[in-house]
Amino acid sequence: MKKLLIIAMLLASPLWAVEPGEMLPDAAQEARAREISKGLRCLVCRNENIDDSNAGLARDLRLLVRERITEGDSNEAVVAFVVARYGEYVLLNPKTTGTNMLLWAAGPLMLLGGGVLAVLGFSRRRRAVAAPADLTDEESVRLAKILDP
Amino acid sequence: MNAELGHFALILGFAVAIVQMIVPMVGAQKGWQSWMDIAVPAAISQFVMTLLAFGALMWAFIVSDFSLQVVVANSHSAKPMLYKISGTWGNHEGSMLLWVLILTLFGAMVAVFGRNLPPSLKARVLSVQSAIAVAFFAFLLFTSNPFVRLAIPPLDGQGLNPLLQDPGLAFHPPFLYLGYVGLSMSFSFAVAALIEGRVDAAWARWVRPWTLAAWIFLTIGIALGSWWAYYELGWGGWWFWDPVENASFMPWLIAAALLHSAIVVEKRESLKSWTILLAILAFSFSLIGTFIVRSGVITSVHAFANDPTRGVFILAILGVAIGGSLTLYAARGSILSSKGVFSIVSRESGLVLNNVLLVVSALVVFVGTVWPLISELAFDRKLSVGAPFFDTAFTPFMVVIAIVLPMGALLPWKRAQLGKTVKPLFGAMVLSIALGLLVWVLQTGGRMMAPIGLALAAWLVLGAIMDVALRIRAGKIPIGDSWRRFRNLPRADLGKATAHAGLGLTIFGIAAITAWEVEDIRVARVGESFDLKGALTTYQIRFDDVNTVQGPNYRATRGEFTILADGKAVAHLAPEKRFYPVSGMPTTEAAIDIGVTRDVYVVIGDPQQDGGWAVRSYVKPFANWIWAGAVVMALGGLLSLTDRRYRVAAGARRKARKLAAVAPAE
Repeated sequence: MKKLLIIAMLLASPLWAVEPGEMLPDAAQEARAREISKGLRCLVCRNENIDDSNAGLARDLRLLVRERITEGDSNEAVVAFVVARYGEYVLLNPKTTGTNMLLWAAGPLMLLGGGVLAVLGFSRRRRAVAAPADLTDEESVRLAKILDP
Repeated sequence: MNAELGHFALILGFAVAIVQMIVPMVGAQKGWQSWMDIAVPAAISQFVMTLLAFGALMWAFIVSDFSLQVVVANSHSAKPMLYKISGTWGNHEGSMLLWVLILTLFGAMVAVFGRNLPPSLKARVLSVQSAIAVAFFAFLLFTSNPFVRLAIPPLDGQGLNPLLQDPGLAFHPPFLYLGYVGLSMSFSFAVAALIEGRVDAAWARWVRPWTLAAWIFLTIGIALGSWWAYYELGWGGWWFWDPVENASFMPWLIAAALLHSAIVVEKRESLKSWTILLAILAFSFSLIGTFIVRSGVITSVHAFANDPTRGVFILAILGVAIGGSLTLYAARGSILSSKGVFSIVSRESGLVLNNVLLVVSALVVFVGTVWPLISELAFDRKLSVGAPFFDTAFTPFMVVIAIVLPMGALLPWKRAQLGKTVKPLFGAMVLSIALGLLVWVLQTGGRMMAPIGLALAAWLVLGAIMDVALRIRAGKIPIGDSWRRFRNLPRADLGKATAHAGLGLTIFGIAAITAWEVEDIRVARVGESFDLKGALTTYQIRFDDVNTVQGPNYRATRGEFTILADGKAVAHLAPEKRFYPVSGMPTTEAAIDIGVTRDVYVVIGDPQQDGGWAVRSYVKPFANWIWAGAVVMALGGLLSLTDRRYRVAAGARRKARKLAAVAPAE
């Protein structure tokens, strides 16, 4: 009944991200809800999480997340529940399974590739022109004098 | 009539661009001076034509000429003048016209200031620049004509999206475009150099200032956009990793890499072929960005499929420009022989590392941005890639860059000893780590973000200071001599230290706001006070009043708040919730008390059933440092841009030519 009242109250006014009335009385639970909300996509928005979104659908999801939390679900269970209903599309943090491995591995792989290319380029350059010999001690002293009178 | 003149000027510009694309290139191949000479007047008249067209469109917006389709769709007679003017580029057609205007502006600048460029190189550069212009003129005229008239003009327009009616966003697109269209210059120089088969220090001395100028504008443009999001969207978010943001961030990263590698070409005649590749990549990312923003393909594959004309057109431009230039690069890149040799520990290697990190980080952003598209098309797996991915995948690169930067900046050219170079930085290192540890101890629990961020920021700033201190031998020689050395220090070196310190400031702002932001959401009644416990101070927020305000084209509910610290009023804030009847859209206008160590940020929401108002308030520690850092980076770039070598080199060559003209022919 109380929940219905809250929803009725919210419907009366235009919507605006997280409303005071939506928030859970338990601060720890509310903090968890916020954390989870930041990783869930507002399905009708462009690249916006449900925590920041003004859309009605985002509010429904926010309430759903809070409902699952008060029911005693863990964070993972809440996310799994939402994904089961709305699909993977709802996750802003893409899963690390299957073809997504490519996405997650792209950075490290490209860095490795870049490093290998740089080293190859370096050694090729080095072979092309042999490095000149080091300065002798005498030369170093002279050079120091010239550079720093 | 004006609109027809504008349309006509645009068509003329297109015609001139076609001539400029072909004639000077043929002239340069055949060595016909008169054919090459066409490039200069053509580039200037192309710009003048585009300026006329742009002026005509802007005029239509200023006088609210509702016989033009774009004006009807994006303007309204009751809109303030600033937004009528900015409405010119606040829509697809107008913004593409601005794109072309800036493209031709850069061409005209080369024509005017490029007197001392080798004639064949100048002809080729202007020809390539014009080829890009041809493509975009065609795009404008055939798919996005801003001068389309309506048979029956309506009485009034539909208005501009209220979110865009803001001074920050009015100037955001011109800066952004000056930046990423400005990179077309480096691209044209790179392609011309490939055709020419020659890259030398003089080439780099030309390309670097253009890239630097573009990068400065891009830095300011991105910072403006981020700042706008911070105060306009209502909760102080300042970066969302939105595809549209990434579209400007990728060219920024690559341009930053290009700036650094061009130094190596200029000073050491090394890394030539790599620098050319970067110049091509930088503008390619600008084109990709334009495609992402203009086609809507990333937002929704289906929107793209419904009206693919524009998207396909840009995709074709993209394919020809990127494919063509890379093919040319593959065929000719190897003939660019580098001269300089360097050891594995040297300034050159440091800059290579910088390049690898910046380019790979840009590619990570790219992969993340297009992954939803790839995944849906190739694997039939519909998913999202949002901020959490980019935070995880991108941040490590910035951390590594921040760690190696102060050391790399001190390395001497050619051959260095790491230990010897790093030794003077030891104090800075210890101090930075100590600062980080101090913060870690002081903050009870909390995230590691703040201590690490602070340590990195201090390391960057102290490293930059040490860089200058070592150059002027501060403390080693009498202070007067140090001062003399400081004054004689090349501006490029000062600029380098300034820009690097700016990066430190930005990193600090980001770490602080991410770790220490405090938020409060509640229902408050008029007359009530509540506490907002910031990281350093606890504020009392007193809700004084609510009233209704009539703006020029909106109605607003305005809350009056007094912010108190220790019982003393520190600020009066009046956040608004506006409603724009023309578009039927509400916006939130946050009220911010801006400070060096924190912003207090208050937003008023909707009236509640029980008589109170939804109120959100935040303490955002060191928020302004994010943008201040960007401004300092841009300033560093500006300092470097005014370096003596760019000013004198031009003068010296002019003098040399005069002498040659006077001397008898040999």
